[in-house]
Amino acid sequence: MDSESLHYSLDLAAGNGLTLSSEQRAALQTSLVILKRNYKFSRVLFWGKILGIKCDYFIAQGVEDDEMKNKKSLYSLNCMDWHLLPPATESMIADVALAAQGRFTGDPSHEYEHTETRIKGEGDDATEEEVTVKVNEASRLATAVSNIDKDASVVPRGAFTKSPSGKVQTNRSFGGLDPIEAAKLRNYLHFREPVNLKKKSILEMSHLNPAIDFLDPLSEDNPKGGKTPSPLSRRARGEQVHLDASNSG
Amino acid sequence: MEITEEALNSERLQAAARFKAFMMKNSTKTNLNLYDHLVRLLTKVMDERPENAVDVIEDMSRELKGSILQEKQDTLRDSPSSSAALLLAEQQKALFTRAAGDEGDHEEDLVESPLPNVAELAFFFEQAGVGLGREEMHRVFLALKQLVDSQCLLRCRFWGKIFGTHSNYLVAEGEFREGEGEEEEGTEQTHEDEEREEEPEEDKDETELVEAADPPPKSTYKPPPPVPKEENHTGVNKYTYFVCQEPGMPWVRLPMVTPAQITVARQIRRFFTGRLDAPVVSYPPFPGNETNYLRAQIARISAGTHVSPLGFYQFGEDEGEDDGLRDSYEENPNFEGINVNEMAESLNLWVHHVQHILTQGRCVWVNVTKKSADDVDEDAEDEEREEESDEPEPEVGPPLLTPLSEDSKINDTLPWSTMISSNLIPQFSIAVLRSNLWPGAYAYASGRKFGNIYIGWGMKYIGEAYTPTILPPPQNEYPSGPEITEALDPSVEEEQALKAALEEQTAALEETEDLEEDEEEDD
Repeated sequence: MDSESLHYSLDLAAGNGLTLSSEQRAALQTSLVILKRNYKFSRVLFWGKILGIKCDYFIAQGVEDDEMKNKKSLYSLNCMDWHLLPPATESMIADVALAAQGRFTGDPSHEYEHTETRIKGEGDDATEEEVTVKVNEASRLATAVSNIDKDASVVPRGAFTKSPSGKVQTNRSFGGLDPIEAAKLRNYLHFREPVNLKKKSILEMSHLNPAIDFLDPLSEDNPKGGKTPSPLSRRARGEQVHLDASNSG
Repeated sequence: MEITEEALNSERLQAAARFKAFMMKNSTKTNLNLYDHLVRLLTKVMDERPENAVDVIEDMSRELKGSILQEKQDTLRDSPSSSAALLLAEQQKALFTRAAGDEGDHEEDLVESPLPNVAELAFFFEQAGVGLGREEMHRVFLALKQLVDSQCLLRCRFWGKIFGTHSNYLVAEGEFREGEGEEEEGTEQTHEDEEREEEPEEDKDETELVEAADPPPKSTYKPPPPVPKEENHTGVNKYTYFVCQEPGMPWVRLPMVTPAQITVARQIRRFFTGRLDAPVVSYPPFPGNETNYLRAQIARISAGTHVSPLGFYQFGEDEGEDDGLRDSYEENPNFEGINVNEMAESLNLWVHHVQHILTQGRCVWVNVTKKSADDVDEDAEDEEREEESDEPEPEVGPPLLTPLSEDSKINDTLPWSTMISSNLIPQFSIAVLRSNLWPGAYAYASGRKFGNIYIGWGMKYIGEAYTPTILPPPQNEYPSGPEITEALDPSVEEEQALKAALEEQTAALEETEDLEEDEEEDD
């Protein structure tokens, strides 16, 4: 949620049972502005909250000119001091999937371990090796944020445009979706590198507007019927909203 | 000369008149004529007297032409369509009107209303970072007031919100006075019996003849007797629950829960859809529809996560000496709040105030194997008396008001997380408890006040990925033994070989017998 509209948009996302206390809201407003200046972001978004056993993590994301590239994620334990999260690479995601089980502990330096005995070599030369995979909780946090973004980051159609040079920017003339349009799943798009788009036939692509439809719509997700937009709790504006209670494990 | 001047004049006049007529001819495209346009233009120049009139005359002419266009009213108009938001708003409008007859009751309302102070609850939970947003909580408050006005409850509480895939449930917990609040139960069961009676009647005619000749063996399987459900106002059914989908919609009362429903609910894992009459298709089959599943989950969540500070509730003094059977408590009037820091540190200072549900599905154990006199023949009785010596052991659960430190961990995760709401201003902050076993259950305590709420999906944390229960393997039709196992018939060569071997043996036997006879004769 954009830091500038955070204080009034927070109530709209509160239907899921989690809000921020007034102290946290006040702290966020102060610290996000400072963060924007320090990292020279063009927009700072409050991504959400991940619950841990001892402490909760608050996550913010910053974008520079292009909305989709170079998104940096930061975490904080007290809404004031922010630390950069490492970018999630494929190997990190694979390691985390092996090693990290159970809840987030709330301690960013906590290490998860997973030992496997693998047999290397062939035949008589086979030797057993113990392979230990160690994962930091900060890496686990980074992968969790990246996975959630990949699956659940949703924007209304028309909120972002892609310029011919490939830059993705907010569409300043987006006035919100019509109430009838807002009830249809195909007007909501995944905000991530498109997966299905290139597989479409030219006939299907003729209906699409290349400036607006450069992302995957939700209606093509499997399993079908997994998402239903409820018209009362969803306000179609150009904002991404995540208030998440992440129970990974 | 004069004539020609006059003639010239009249010619000029005629020419002028013709030209004027020409100018007044309406254009086919725009229905304007040049004469009127020039008149208007020059009138405008006369009125406005612009500077450098000759330079701006074209612009003025263009503007004038444009201003002549009038917008016509469309004969088609937008009919106002009622969106879903509008429908909901109309329903919720009723929440904000005072019902007639409320005028004179101010004093009563202020003193002893069963209505809980939801605004206070919302404030404290907001400090903890939990809640539904101020407007929605206020609407919930008004909806609870509607509930309290329509049903005479002794006490009422906002229990929480359960999410569903299509719509959500708001749940309110109410306690009726003794003896009130009985609902009509007979209707559900009689429907089932009627259906069962109809079906076998159709098949009877065909199969009757066949059966009379060769009756199929009767099954000796007796299903285990169902565990009787607990009475209203006791144990699991101590409170009555009401649900509605949005504040403003009518509250629906949930039926009482049976132990069978609780035991099956423990084994299945399902999202709610948001429609109370949706069927629950699962294995093991759930006895009931979504209404019953909702009630069973509410019972489990209440039993697992409703906690209060130590000392807030105490046992009544006339309860008797039995430790295991206490099931009621009362508020302790001498309770002074516990320090918030201590409450946030240790789990010893919090206790459960709802009875634990045993494996059987009830709070008070019942021995099910005691047979009634009707079902049993005399012969069977003797056999069963022998079996009864290994009676099932009575199930015991932790007694009421046990502290949370006794709760079991799951996969090395503590069952509860404690925190304090603010590190910066600890003297006015509150202690918050968050359940790790039932994600979405929260409790807070501050001084002499405390509260519980559940906002979540209604599912327990099992610590690992859920795999559905596998169906049992199909039963063996017969025990396999040597009498019925098939074996290959011996082939001809084998039979002949066996015959040859036998003949050799008999020949050998005869020889030895002959020898023995000879020996005997010799003796």
